[in-house]
Amino acid sequence: MLALAGRRLAASIPSLLIILVGMFLLLQLAPGDTVDALMAQMGGGGDAALMAELRAFYGLDLSVPARLLNYLWRLVQLDLGFSSIYGKPVATVILERLPATLLLMTASLSFAFFFGLLFGVIAARRVNRWPDTVISTLGLVFYATPSFWFGLMAIVLFSVHLQWLPAGGMESIGEGLTGIRRALDIALHFVLPTLTLGLIFLAIYLRIMRASMLEVLTLDFVRTARAKGLDETRVITRHVLRNAMLPMVTLIGLQAGTMLGGSVVVESVFSLPGLGRLAYEAVVQRDLNTLLGIVFISALLVILVNFCVDLLYAKLDPRIAKETGG
Amino acid sequence: MDVTRRAALMTSAAIAASVNAPELALAQETPRRGGVMTVHFATEQRILNPSLQASTGVYIVGGKIQEPLVDLDANGQPTACLAESWESSADGQTITFRLRQGVTWHDGRPFTSADVQFTAMEMWKKILNYGTAVQLFLEAVETPDAHTAVFKYSRPMPLGLLLRALPDLGYVSPRHIYEGTDIRQNPANTAPIGTGPFKFLQYERGQFIIAERNPNYWRNNLPYLDRVVWRVVSDRSAAAAQMEAGQILYSPFSSLALSDLARLGRDPRFEVTTRGNEGNPRTNTLEFNFRNPLLADIRVRRALAHAINIPFFIENFLNSDYAKPGTGPIPTVSTDFYPTGAMPQYPYDRAVANRLLDEAGHRRGAGGVRFNLRLTPAPWGEDIALFSTFIQQSLQEVGIRVEIVRLDAAGFLRTVYNDWNFDLATGWHQYRNDPAVSTTVWYRTGSPRGAPWTNQFGFSDTSIDGIIDAAATELDPAKRKALYADFVRRGNGEQLMWNPIEQLFLSCYSKRLRNHANMPRWGSSSWHDLWIAP
Repeated sequence: MLALAGRRLAASIPSLLIILVGMFLLLQLAPGDTVDALMAQMGGGGDAALMAELRAFYGLDLSVPARLLNYLWRLVQLDLGFSSIYGKPVATVILERLPATLLLMTASLSFAFFFGLLFGVIAARRVNRWPDTVISTLGLVFYATPSFWFGLMAIVLFSVHLQWLPAGGMESIGEGLTGIRRALDIALHFVLPTLTLGLIFLAIYLRIMRASMLEVLTLDFVRTARAKGLDETRVITRHVLRNAMLPMVTLIGLQAGTMLGGSVVVESVFSLPGLGRLAYEAVVQRDLNTLLGIVFISALLVILVNFCVDLLYAKLDPRIAKETGG
Repeated sequence: MDVTRRAALMTSAAIAASVNAPELALAQETPRRGGVMTVHFATEQRILNPSLQASTGVYIVGGKIQEPLVDLDANGQPTACLAESWESSADGQTITFRLRQGVTWHDGRPFTSADVQFTAMEMWKKILNYGTAVQLFLEAVETPDAHTAVFKYSRPMPLGLLLRALPDLGYVSPRHIYEGTDIRQNPANTAPIGTGPFKFLQYERGQFIIAERNPNYWRNNLPYLDRVVWRVVSDRSAAAAQMEAGQILYSPFSSLALSDLARLGRDPRFEVTTRGNEGNPRTNTLEFNFRNPLLADIRVRRALAHAINIPFFIENFLNSDYAKPGTGPIPTVSTDFYPTGAMPQYPYDRAVANRLLDEAGHRRGAGGVRFNLRLTPAPWGEDIALFSTFIQQSLQEVGIRVEIVRLDAAGFLRTVYNDWNFDLATGWHQYRNDPAVSTTVWYRTGSPRGAPWTNQFGFSDTSIDGIIDAAATELDPAKRKALYADFVRRGNGEQLMWNPIEQLFLSCYSKRLRNHANMPRWGSSSWHDLWIAP
């Protein structure tokens, strides 16, 4: 298994390199650098000497190829560089932001996966009857709703009018909560963001699960199971579900990457300190090191998740384990 | 005339207060101690130390923790803060500040003239934006004793100019924290140490900043509040929702969407007003690139202004509560410098615009089009986006086809002020109390390429340069005012740039706040007397 992990990682290095270099060059095409962004924040009044000094301070006085080579050389030494907006190492900045993103991502993926599975099964078993129609329609509505609007409406309803849940932020500020009370407080703050992000993904899981169930239900081994005299519940749980889940697991692997980047909107609406907002800010402020650092970490995460997905495949379908194991 | 109007307003306010019983009761409330002020912090800054960066985004936090030598009073006049008194020598080259005694830094060390000397020479003169220009001729700061700081200038420094600049550009930092360090990378830049009513406690990036009551504050028994919490909320609609949910009590500097501000203004729980922002006026600009021969022609520049119906725009897209037609680079709220007498103006008149364009030789061609221009709007402020579209449509009517080139902040500054790759640009000119601070640089020749919000437009008017230089060192306030009137007359006459709209920022306050908005730079001020009703 370790060998497999190693092979996977080695295979992803060239793509990682292409992504990083491409990103670096792409950002060179955007007009303005981080000193221009700083000037915009200052509201002007920077004289030429000051600006030249700042460019030297941020290492912008070198040529583009020299900066790229410097960056790659530092990366080889596992140094992600210094963030110009935060004034501290990029690794530290990203580590600070990782918990919120991971929490949001895990919570909403689990939500989408679990309820997608549940409603997918219900819809498939009652196909073309009213439960199927209701579930499929609602799924489409959630899928078609822009997440910022959905999030804002959730805030207006649950925080402004009903006052059940906090309107934003990751936890109550300055109340010094610890232990289980802090965990509960954080959980309360994550309810709305998780629902907002999860409901959009739910629709996809639901559709996939429904289609996959319908397909498996027509296969021969299901007919055999039914012929054996198994009751419907047992046919579904023991025989159909396991086989119908394979596409769901594939999807989770694919979406782990999307969710890292796709949470910019949800993080902004709910004022969560996650990687999406950090990436957005890094682009606006032309903080190249931070942006490349995020790309790097995200790519690593995606590789890791896909690796886990592969292992899970093997668990669900022993045939796959034999092929890769051999 | 202005004074009488203000007096009249105050009288009518007094009448209103006496008629309206609840208002009167409010005025007599006794301040309540304790409570937490929560503030909308829209854009995170790289540093929080106002001795190193002059911008409202820094003052909104750093201005509660650190203090300037001089502040503004309720009427916008300089008043004592860390400096108790000041005087200028007859030649204007020596300005002496007597400092407040018994003031301590948050870490317990005493505040002395050495701190002022260090901050002035190492920060204001070398690093602080706008400070470097104002203190260009500062030679030395002498400290004959611990509570006297003597500023020595190589050219005359008008005392009025310095006093008007210092509330923004005169924040003092502790010498013992910064001396011998790399100032730009000092940890105190994001964990500031000051003398102010609130002590820095914690900064979680992307989430919040907390400052707590300074028990040793030099204003006895102040501040009233226990804490100030700044909540980082980058999404404007989400910030409005948090105000409604009671998580935020104050959103400064027009940080909410115009539609949300209008809605909250009708809500009895909130007050949406320009009050407290009179010290941060701005004018919308139309900037011309003189390197384009079309725009080098004064008839074309005048025609563009005549083609745009500013009163219509303000009435339908903005609101006359906070915006009015501009008359030049010096806004009306600047009572010390707003020129008396009529200045050249270019009121809306499409016939005049068409005639001027015809005279300049730009006849309508195929499809009624005379020529094409690119317009680059600044990305900040909803009003700028609206105005750029309005310009585009107005100019279409007189046969000028405008292509709007939208860029983000860094891209806008680089493209307009460094690459000069634009025909028209529109954004804000921010007026900072005195024309010498941030206004005349838009007109003065010789700004190095790349300096944003300076004359990067390719014109050079030596007579204007002469007026600007004379006014910067003129000691007689009356003569200075006259020189700036000349400056506006000439700048408007040549239509070097156009300042068609004058605006104040809107703030959204919870009605529970007391002693808020009681001076013209309240968002930036220290909030030592702010309290919150239950």
